[in-house]
Amino acid sequence: MSKGVQNPKTGVLATVLSKDESSVLAEWIKEMAGATRRTDLMNDSELRTQCSKFLKLLREGAESGSSDVQTASWQPVRELLTEISRSRAQRGFTPTETATFVLSVKKPLFELLRDHVGSDANSVAAELWSTTELIDSLGLFTVEMHLKTREEVIRRQQEEMLELSTPVVKLWNGILALPIIGTLDSARTQVVMETLLENIVKTNSRVAIIDITGVPTVDTVVAQHLLKTVTAARLMGADCIISGVRPQIAQTIVHLGINLLDVTTKATLADAFALALDRAGLSLEHALKTA
Amino acid sequence: MEKIPILRMGQFLLVTIQVDMHDRLAMALQEDLTTRISETAARGVLIDISSLEIVDSFIGRMLGNIAAMSRILDAQTVVVGMQPAVAITLVELGMSLPGVRTALNVDAGMELLKLSLNGHRANGHVSRR
Repeated sequence: MSKGVQNPKTGVLATVLSKDESSVLAEWIKEMAGATRRTDLMNDSELRTQCSKFLKLLREGAESGSSDVQTASWQPVRELLTEISRSRAQRGFTPTETATFVLSVKKPLFELLRDHVGSDANSVAAELWSTTELIDSLGLFTVEMHLKTREEVIRRQQEEMLELSTPVVKLWNGILALPIIGTLDSARTQVVMETLLENIVKTNSRVAIIDITGVPTVDTVVAQHLLKTVTAARLMGADCIISGVRPQIAQTIVHLGINLLDVTTKATLADAFALALDRAGLSLEHALKTA
Repeated sequence: MEKIPILRMGQFLLVTIQVDMHDRLAMALQEDLTTRISETAARGVLIDISSLEIVDSFIGRMLGNIAAMSRILDAQTVVVGMQPAVAITLVELGMSLPGVRTALNVDAGMELLKLSLNGHRANGHVSRR
């Protein structure tokens, strides 16, 4: 919807702004003193700087004559709003509070426009309409940026969780342990499988223990993912032991009819470790005596 | 035409796959290997696939077939050195190669073959005792 044509209406807005910028600013800040101000999250001087910057850039945008905020002449305004919504999203402002920052400029602007245009109802209406359209699209842009910032935060946290959740621990020469915490979904299984297999190669381990004490529930999907990991490790020549099977989980597995017969399972990590030592030809008694 | 060499090491045959497998090469290997097993009366076959990076269902099936054929000819097959990516691919393809024994590297594979030749029951594990 790039209009691109010179809009004479924004000319009036530019004039008003250049004449009475300071009074708009004062009115605007007064307007924002209401519920959406959030003095706990932002102090007055910072708000004042943001407001005056915005008004200055708004004037420059209006002077360019274009009323389409997606065009290049509105680029500085968009950048400022992106920055403002980003910082507000990180500080914990709600989308409404962030949008109101832009939308609350309407009232002082409209009052000034009315004074400036005079009593002709038609031209006042036309002027208000074009201004309201402009401010609304800037408001929408702000909300969009606010949400985008939040989504980025969520995505980053997801990635961090994924990285945190797959530590492969070396218990002994040739024995690896992989404690899984949280529910296994396809994406996590992929990461878990890859890290485990890579570590098997790197450490030349013949036994890997997958500990599922921290997995809250095991359903058919989780069991299938576990079986896949065990099979892949077997294909590479390593044995997998699944440990940390709680009584409830054992019951669920049998009730669901999942076949874990081909997999060695143990109740605790200690049992699995003892079995792994046994398979590696080591015995625990010997280790204790020398200690 | 390129050919995969089959080396004889005592009672065992050693196959090292160092090129990308394509279907015709796989068929030729199957042919050569079975011939060599019966010629040399080998008791074990060790297939090293540590340089194999790409695998498809056909190659997976071929590995299973070779193991089954060798067993009929009274030779144990051990596949060694499978890359993580290859293992994941095979599992995702639904091929768990149930009849194939595996080991981490050629060393472990040799140990496994020797143990099974000595009549020990080695269920895929090698004891270091």
